[in-house]
Amino acid sequence: MRDPILTVSGLKKSFDLSQPFVTRLMKGGERRYVHAVDGVDFSIERGTTLSLVGESGCGKSTVAKLLMGLTRPTGGSIRFDGHELAGIRAGQPSVVRRRMQMIFQDPYASLNPRWRVARIIGEPMKSFATHPDPVARRKEVDRLLEFVGLSAADGEKFPHEFSGGQRQRISIARAISTKPEFLVCDEPTSALDVSVQAQILNLMRELQKELGLTYLFISHDLAVVNYISDQIGVMYLGRLVELASAERIFSTPQHPYTRLLLETVPDITMAHRDMDRPAGEVPNPITPPPGCHFNPRCPLVNDRCRAEAPAFRVHGDAQVRCHAVQEGRSDPKKLRKVG
Amino acid sequence: MALLSVENLTVAFPGRRGSVNAIEDVSLSISPGEILGMVGESGAGKSMTGAAIIGLIEPPGRIVKGGILLEGQRIDTLRPEEMRRIRGRRIGAIFQDPLTSLNPVLTVGEQLIETIQTHLRLSKAEARERAIDWLRRVGIPAPEARIDTYPHQYSGGMRQRVVIALALCAEPRLVIADEPTTALDVSVQAQIIALLRKLARETGVAVILVTHDMGVIAETADRVAVMYAGRIVEVGPVAEVLTAPRHPYTRGLMASIPRIGARPDVLPQIEGAMPRPDARPGGCAFAPRCPHRMDICGHTRPDLNGGATLSVACHLTEEVPA
Repeated sequence: MRDPILTVSGLKKSFDLSQPFVTRLMKGGERRYVHAVDGVDFSIERGTTLSLVGESGCGKSTVAKLLMGLTRPTGGSIRFDGHELAGIRAGQPSVVRRRMQMIFQDPYASLNPRWRVARIIGEPMKSFATHPDPVARRKEVDRLLEFVGLSAADGEKFPHEFSGGQRQRISIARAISTKPEFLVCDEPTSALDVSVQAQILNLMRELQKELGLTYLFISHDLAVVNYISDQIGVMYLGRLVELASAERIFSTPQHPYTRLLLETVPDITMAHRDMDRPAGEVPNPITPPPGCHFNPRCPLVNDRCRAEAPAFRVHGDAQVRCHAVQEGRSDPKKLRKVG
Repeated sequence: MALLSVENLTVAFPGRRGSVNAIEDVSLSISPGEILGMVGESGAGKSMTGAAIIGLIEPPGRIVKGGILLEGQRIDTLRPEEMRRIRGRRIGAIFQDPLTSLNPVLTVGEQLIETIQTHLRLSKAEARERAIDWLRRVGIPAPEARIDTYPHQYSGGMRQRVVIALALCAEPRLVIADEPTTALDVSVQAQIIALLRKLARETGVAVILVTHDMGVIAETADRVAVMYAGRIVEVGPVAEVLTAPRHPYTRGLMASIPRIGARPDVLPQIEGAMPRPDARPGGCAFAPRCPHRMDICGHTRPDLNGGATLSVACHLTEEVPA
């Protein structure tokens, strides 16, 4: 990769689910952890979009929180433009924090209902002191409002006066107010209706072109991800199972889980497909199956998959975490039907 | 004869500045074994239509116009206790969140047996047999053992299967499924869709499937009704409506959905947003966002009309025979 702005390696986050110490002493019982993020590696080139996709509980939102410093990693490293972020205490803004911002899923919960829009958008500029002068700040707010497709007069209104899509525009204006280079977008359109979703996705791509932004995009919607991404990482139970360019993921998916995801997306162009539906559900992340986490649902499973976790290896122009792919046991043509 | 027919249904909510129509002149019909999709954005009135059919409109909302006929019988004018007998027995319901649809302190079996015994004349032992049979039909493994466990011991997808069993166990003729797969992950969603279709085929139950997801409609429904601002703007066979939509809203909506396999530079988008129920314009409610707006659209509301299978509410298509 030519110029990665962000490189994540061996990133881990575990949450301690054990009973309190005294309870464990009295009643016995072991320490229990859930490994929400279990050794994730990727890097994002400047000005491009990497999307993380996966089903609920796969750890994609935890990765977003780790990058933004909202929670502290258990292990691994996060390097942003040469600065190591993993050691920084949660909640303590670092020198690079201004350059990274976040857009949240729910435009209703992520805007303070008692603040006027101008104050909401101006707050990051105030706290990072990019525009300490209130008059200059207000001018910048007006410019941002128009930039995201609202009007300067909207600054005097409160969030409840806006529709979901307009609120997400306000969130975007707030996120870009400190002139960041990197945006983490956690399901920014999944609370929106489809016709509005298209407006927000178009706006985000426009901003990327105009401001040279780099996105980490989190979504469960493969069609949205297909539109917005350069690279796609597929997560399953805390691990990245496949990482490749968007074209590659959709044209020749390699990991059996990626194939399953692509097969199961309800598609408006393939009405009434009658195919064998994949069985099973994502297991409980507290007690993931040993070996490859996907083995109980995998059509290519063998004894090695049940015992030994596969490594994340380069395979062709993708990275895949699968014994079957690495051993050449997976024939994409044959698999497509099995799903 | 249609199993259910809804005619010119209008539901109004009194407000401070006069009464507001949540849905307006909604007419539809459904035959046995058919899956009718109702699709639209939030606030379009699709859930309200479902709620009106099962008689669960939140007061002070009420039906101010039109009527609902189930197998020829008028059901919108029934008293609450009569309606309660119809719900469950003749019309079942499946809601979005499987966790809140089930009682957490009763076992799955107790809930199924209670529902079966309320509506069908069966002994406890017979009802239990029937409950186990339903769990098997909705794909719960080892139903003889699982029947005595509690909802929290099931995964999300398995819980939704139980909810489906509950909705169908009294053998209703019609089921209203309101966003039944929205809370589920995609791989599980696909399983639930397949299950709904299988059960509709096997039991002849008609399903009104309310969802915002065109993909779910495409994979599940036989016909689809597209709602916008409280009205049906287009209704017809799924393949026709989705591949060759006629109403400008449906066309815009279909174009704005990102698709796997296509990576355009810019997604086609519909400008603006759907008006709130208290701020709908006179004439066609879609006119302010419509790229084909004409003078007539600003003042005259287009009626839903067309042929036997496909109908559109748009002045543009009025001359076009369907």
